[in-house]
Amino acid sequence: MKKYTTVGKSEKKIDSLSLATGESKFVDDFEMKNELYCKLVYSPHAFAEILDIDDSKALAIEGVVDVLHYKNVKHILHTTAGQGFPEPSPYDCTIFENIVRFVGDRVAMVIAENREIAHMAVKLLDVKYKILEPLFDPEKAMDPGAPQIHDSSRFTPIGVKYEPERNLAAEVEIGFGDIQKGKEESDFIIDETYNAHYGQHCTIEPHSVKSYFDEMGRLVLLSSTQVPFHVRRIVAQACDYPLSKIRVIKPRIGGGFGSKQEVFLEQLAALTTIKHKRPARLVISREEVFQSSRTRHPIRVNLKMGAKNNGEITFLEMDSLLNSGAYGSHALTVLSNCGSKVLPLFNKIENLHFIGRSVYTNLPVGGAYRGYGATQGYFALNQHLDILTRKLNVDLPDFIKKNHIQVGETSQVFEALGEGRDGVTQLVNSCQLDECIDICIKEIDWYKKHDKKITNGDKVRGVGLAVSMQGSAIPLIDMAAAYIKMNEDGSFNMNIGATDIGTGSDTILAQIAAEVLNVPLEKMIVYSSDTDRTPFDVGAYASSTTYLSGRAVKKCANKIKDQILGVAAEIMESSLEDLSLESSKVIDRKQNKSASYYDICNYSLYTKDQFQIQAEASEIVEQSPPPFMAQATEVEVDTKTGEVKVLEFVSAVDCGQAINPQLAEGQVEGATVNGISYAMTEEYIFSDKGNLLNKGFRSYKISTAADIPKMKTFIVESHEESGPFGAKSVSEIGINGPLPAIANAIYDAIGVRMYGAPFTAEKVYRAMQAQKIE
Amino acid sequence: MEKQLNINGKIAKVTFTPEELLLYTLRQNGFTEVKSGCKEGECGACLVLLNGKPVNSCLMFTASVLEEDKLLTVKGIGDLHEPHVIQEAFVDSGAVQCGFCTPGIVLASYALLQENPTPTEEEVKKAMDGNLCRCTGYVKIIEAVQLAAKRLQTK
Repeated sequence: MKKYTTVGKSEKKIDSLSLATGESKFVDDFEMKNELYCKLVYSPHAFAEILDIDDSKALAIEGVVDVLHYKNVKHILHTTAGQGFPEPSPYDCTIFENIVRFVGDRVAMVIAENREIAHMAVKLLDVKYKILEPLFDPEKAMDPGAPQIHDSSRFTPIGVKYEPERNLAAEVEIGFGDIQKGKEESDFIIDETYNAHYGQHCTIEPHSVKSYFDEMGRLVLLSSTQVPFHVRRIVAQACDYPLSKIRVIKPRIGGGFGSKQEVFLEQLAALTTIKHKRPARLVISREEVFQSSRTRHPIRVNLKMGAKNNGEITFLEMDSLLNSGAYGSHALTVLSNCGSKVLPLFNKIENLHFIGRSVYTNLPVGGAYRGYGATQGYFALNQHLDILTRKLNVDLPDFIKKNHIQVGETSQVFEALGEGRDGVTQLVNSCQLDECIDICIKEIDWYKKHDKKITNGDKVRGVGLAVSMQGSAIPLIDMAAAYIKMNEDGSFNMNIGATDIGTGSDTILAQIAAEVLNVPLEKMIVYSSDTDRTPFDVGAYASSTTYLSGRAVKKCANKIKDQILGVAAEIMESSLEDLSLESSKVIDRKQNKSASYYDICNYSLYTKDQFQIQAEASEIVEQSPPPFMAQATEVEVDTKTGEVKVLEFVSAVDCGQAINPQLAEGQVEGATVNGISYAMTEEYIFSDKGNLLNKGFRSYKISTAADIPKMKTFIVESHEESGPFGAKSVSEIGINGPLPAIANAIYDAIGVRMYGAPFTAEKVYRAMQAQKIE
Repeated sequence: MEKQLNINGKIAKVTFTPEELLLYTLRQNGFTEVKSGCKEGECGACLVLLNGKPVNSCLMFTASVLEEDKLLTVKGIGDLHEPHVIQEAFVDSGAVQCGFCTPGIVLASYALLQENPTPTEEEVKKAMDGNLCRCTGYVKIIEAVQLAAKRLQTK
């Protein structure tokens, strides 16, 4: 394998000292003079028509500047999903409407001089509702006579199947082979249903936006966004305001995980500034984040899998029902990914059928969340494989190794299932899943512990395994661009649209450029995510940045390299083929001469035929090479109480060449703990009126340092030829394994199958009791 | 109301309303390194040290802080040009991802290491229990605190 100078090194994350010393600024840290305070008012009802809003009492308070609501804001259908254009999500919302569709749906926004006045005014808004019959059960959403949540004026801009009359937000169906034949050939069929539940991203920084007019009268939005360019486009659309007059800047942002791929606050701050010609601040509270931002879509997955007694899988049917909540944000694409990121992993299955439906309910709205449907799909598939191999009495790790996709192979699913259109044919070029599995079973001591039910009093231990793949960017849809210019001292400005949301993408993209240009990392000056000053990039989602933006950066750096070589050839009177880069200089091997970057840049700027060494590059990708991962865990179940303790968790990932191993590990660890937390404690609890009851960290428990098990993370060496220096993505995949691995481990310990999560003592105890009764 | 507060060793004159939370007073007076994550005392992003003890500034009224009290924010222990050993250890260990929780966690570590210069892994985990981080999974944060402890010992 090629030796690199900065790629593959755990360079310090370039913004980390600034963050650790509190210097870095997040959206709400920017001080604005004369700033207006915005506070949203939400629906207390799950489904209602607003008959009237009387804002006179609120407006009568001194210091209340305005109240925005359906009567005074233009109605423009759009989607809040920050996706490429035209978006694969339905246009089913306006900024304010006279219908509210879930408890927490927006009714109005108070604009006031300060926080105290705004909070007072919110209580004085007089809203008359006509309560409608709500719909909470996604299984009943398409029943005849079910409440209709959206009317027929809503549509999808990409013209895919969408039937609001039946609460159908999206539908996908693919299949190949012959299911009937598969059924006939089966010795047995396993038919089970799994439910992945609501979850919150819980970024520690709540969604935040500030807006103001700059000195040229252009509207500037400081936003905690993963998608600055989509923000600009959607704000222009929803506010009917010229895109050319909008500038979106992403400062440091306090975590995303998909939650900040949603554009639902920026338009409100923008409207306020446009109308009142003053800076505006809209930062939502933790309670609002839980109830009114976005969530992980709950998905019910039914799997039917046939097999022969010799272990051959004869067919697989997947039927997924996604609860999209009140709006269809990401309803189609999360649903598609529940199949497209899951089914290709077992590509030997000849007869396959996948049907997925996303339906509206009067519950909180789903959106993008790390894993993006794959997490939900793998919860089902990994348990199903555990059931299958137990029935066949074969070793699960071995069975997976024999059946998963290998280098040089493809899956018909890749081609059949894209994002709102057909997918892309692709071959797997790199896959070290076998090694990942081997590491996991060794570290967890699988063969000494699996099926052994090691018991200590009331407590029984078990081990579980899960595997998964994800993708790297959306092929032929996502685009990223980069711009680089050279400075006199051999440093480089690199402006990129790519959006660092805490992942370290500014750092790893700088490493990629530094590698090409043969300079130390500190010579790269990175500026990212500013719609005025950086080129386009779709943003931080779909595990795209390392692979896609990384390729754009590499392409751009190569153009700079060519220019540097050209100038060096002129200075040294060399022929190009004799030249090569070596630590901030160009060497002429033949003449045994060199020109430093200092000489080269000064020559180009000041000496002869002056020009700026600069380049831009754009990149799209034709493939979405999957990273692969195995995750194993050991748990201990208290058979008296049902309490489950995760003792150890091992993750081994093939992400191609890790550009920065420490940051890659950090992505895996973060995703894994997020997944363990989702599996063990996190859930949305609703009243029978659809009101979320646990809207805070006290009642929605996420893992703290004290909760984490013994963690082991391994980056398995691999090389993806199409990736920048062999890299694939790594940020999402780690969240896929914990849910099924822990469920499989619980089964291994106590023989009880957990079809739903979180695996709280109460749920496990109930499942144990239910099994006893059977 | 008006008061002089001792913040990071300097006297700051602040004005505040009777029921104002310390978090707001600090942020409104430019101490934006104190972050607001939940306003219910659960996430620890707003953690500051009051006479060396960690407190969540979202749970405290400014009115209850005495003029002789000493408040410390993350900027008070080190800055970009002269970082504290703990801040450097967080950087070196890769314990900073989005960094929103970092000021609070660095201060919680500082308070821990003042009291217990050689904490075990379990003691570190316990001391961090009041600080939420959603990015790192805590692994590298725990490593960072242990690295800082080691470096402080040999200093």
